[in-house]
Amino acid sequence: MEARTATGGGELGERARTSARHPTWLLGLLPLALIAAAVGLFAALGGPGLGERTGPPAEELAVESTRLTPGVIELTVRNDGPDPVSIAQVTVNDAFVSFSGAQQPIGRLASERVRISQPWIEGEAYEVSLLTSTGATIAHAVDAAVGTPDADLGFFGLMALLGVYVGVIPIALGMLWLPWVRRIPPGAMRAVMALTLGLLGFLAIDATLEGLDIAAQGSQAFGGAALVLIGAVVAYLALSGVSAWIADRRRREREQGATGARLALLIAVGIGLHNLGEGLAIGSAYSVGALALGAFLVVGFALHNTTEGLAIVAPIAHERLSLARLVGLGLIAGAPAVLGAWIGASAFNSSVAAFLFGAGAGAIAQVIVQISPSVRDGSGRLLHPVAVAGLLAGMALMFSTGLLVSI
Amino acid sequence: MDPLTRRRLLAGSVPALGAGAVALHGLGTPAVAPAAGAGDHNGHGGTAATGAHGADGHAAFRGGTVDHRANGFDPNQILRDFDPGTTSRLPSGQVLREFKLVASDKEIEVAPGVRFAAWTYNGRIPGPTLRAREGERVRITFVNGSSHQHTIHFHGIHIAAADGVGGLGAGLIEPGGRTTYEFDAEPFGLHLYHCHVRPLAEHIAKGLYGTIVIDPKQGRDEADEMVMVMSGFDTNFDRTNELYAVNTIGFAYMEKPIVVRRGELVRIYLVNVLEYDLVNSFHLHGNFFEYFPTGTSLRSSEFTDTVMQCQGQRGILELRFPHTGRYMFHAHQSEFTELGWQGFFEVCEPGDFDRLCRLNGQGG
Repeated sequence: MEARTATGGGELGERARTSARHPTWLLGLLPLALIAAAVGLFAALGGPGLGERTGPPAEELAVESTRLTPGVIELTVRNDGPDPVSIAQVTVNDAFVSFSGAQQPIGRLASERVRISQPWIEGEAYEVSLLTSTGATIAHAVDAAVGTPDADLGFFGLMALLGVYVGVIPIALGMLWLPWVRRIPPGAMRAVMALTLGLLGFLAIDATLEGLDIAAQGSQAFGGAALVLIGAVVAYLALSGVSAWIADRRRREREQGATGARLALLIAVGIGLHNLGEGLAIGSAYSVGALALGAFLVVGFALHNTTEGLAIVAPIAHERLSLARLVGLGLIAGAPAVLGAWIGASAFNSSVAAFLFGAGAGAIAQVIVQISPSVRDGSGRLLHPVAVAGLLAGMALMFSTGLLVSI
Repeated sequence: MDPLTRRRLLAGSVPALGAGAVALHGLGTPAVAPAAGAGDHNGHGGTAATGAHGADGHAAFRGGTVDHRANGFDPNQILRDFDPGTTSRLPSGQVLREFKLVASDKEIEVAPGVRFAAWTYNGRIPGPTLRAREGERVRITFVNGSSHQHTIHFHGIHIAAADGVGGLGAGLIEPGGRTTYEFDAEPFGLHLYHCHVRPLAEHIAKGLYGTIVIDPKQGRDEADEMVMVMSGFDTNFDRTNELYAVNTIGFAYMEKPIVVRRGELVRIYLVNVLEYDLVNSFHLHGNFFEYFPTGTSLRSSEFTDTVMQCQGQRGILELRFPHTGRYMFHAHQSEFTELGWQGFFEVCEPGDFDRLCRLNGQGG
């Protein structure tokens, strides 16, 4: 027993001496260097012992986006298979067509734009078939041909307008509740917050399903459906981090005698981040042609963003603020929706869109978690009768507004 | 035995003509639009019909056409290439006409940039157009150089053992094996031959088919004769065709129209071996033709501009073009048309014929 202890001590001493001889960063880097060397050698030798691949090349192309301009159907394709793919010929509705782009084989994960000459007619369906060098075909359906909006000034203006509808106006309207929240009893406030939760819950589910749908259609190379979940987790964690940071600031500020106005500013910044995600979701929905969904999202987000206005003004219920500062708070919380809509609509890609829909769902989940304490009643219960009624009413409201706007 | 028509006479010299055309390609002769001269007469610019993008609004391949040299056959040469085989006389006095067909696996370019693992007779699709006269003895030596079992099944009147199907006569011919099929050339007309091994559609669609012309004893009127085999390729094995063509390569006669003389009798041996689609058809623009179903009667059955053929059906078309210019022909299944099965006739004054044929490598 004692001997063993002594031996152990000796080893420890040895280790200490070794560490002293070699700096810690070197020990950390050494395995990495060895891995790099091994991989390099393996690649240089052409994967010794593995032999030739069996079977014909696996050709996979995913169509990431479709742009329709007069006389032209433009596809952006990505090779999400293991082997290079050469597009030799293209047919549209069973007729060979002339096209440009994809002159060279498309490498793994690389993408190409294929411009196809086709006098398409609005509202009609087209099936584009890419005939590869091995004779395989990759089909892509355009269910109803509609011209893709140009990313010009008018388009960015429209996206800005959407962002204003979704972010700026509802929050401004919500802030008009300021005089009211100064007077309502706590019970009524809880019912309002429960209604908000119901709306958000419905939206979170809807955004997730939409994200999974888009992920299934697009390239699987970057993870497909997993991107939706990853997006949700990333957004949830990021917003949790921001809100924890705000909470820290708030605590410190309180110690320094923080004012309600500064708290409101921090909440506005948090809500602004959340609205960026909302803008992205709306812009990308617009760019995949899901216009009804875009309108649905606008109405849905607008309804719940009105409650965000409420959240901003709640802490300043007993402060006196100038009108300019109130407008400033509203813009900080709402304007990022415009930026999000621009990015979502112009840089669309199904993998990115899937990620963003997931991010939207995660952001909503985070807001749900944030808001839910305010629903608790005097005895700390979350699902008290008023809260349940509020939740159900919120979901019913969202469901019915969804029916109204999606038809 | 003696050549019955000028075409028959030419058929004997086909290998030489073919070699000549290949040599022309080898010298890098530019594939000039053959209509350059005739364009003035028919409203087409001389630049028409070359290159996929200059296709005057017609469906076309990107990259024009395939590498015929690498494929080892060219629709422009197959068109008028009739194989008379070699002849001798049997003790009975009957003429014996012998042919040799070798099956082989061969990757070909079926559309620009699209490779297809085809099966061929004598390295070409369609296989050689065999030609005999009614009543002759025909002996075909079949060598299976492919890595799969194959046969040759001839349409015609013959004994069961010469039928080229499994279980009869030599049955299925193993890779490396050989056999002979022997029968009397009857009835006169236009017939086809193809592999008859399960799965049948695949063995045919991959390229194991060809035409056998049996001339009537008294011969036919002298004419500019050509063979057109309608077929397709199922490149992705979904049992529908991605490509359609006459003489294998889609749009080949859009790239290089078939040169014919104004006023001369043109005889087309039209065969449908298309798989996976129930029917095929032939439609001619700006003209009508006499139609002889299966070529077994010397009396025309119809004067028309469109005929329909089911799988394995065939017939002879006879016509004269009264005007010079370009006249389209294609399947009247518009889908087939725009997936490759369309072409042009270039009707020229007789004096321009040889020059334009040389330009198109058509061995006229």
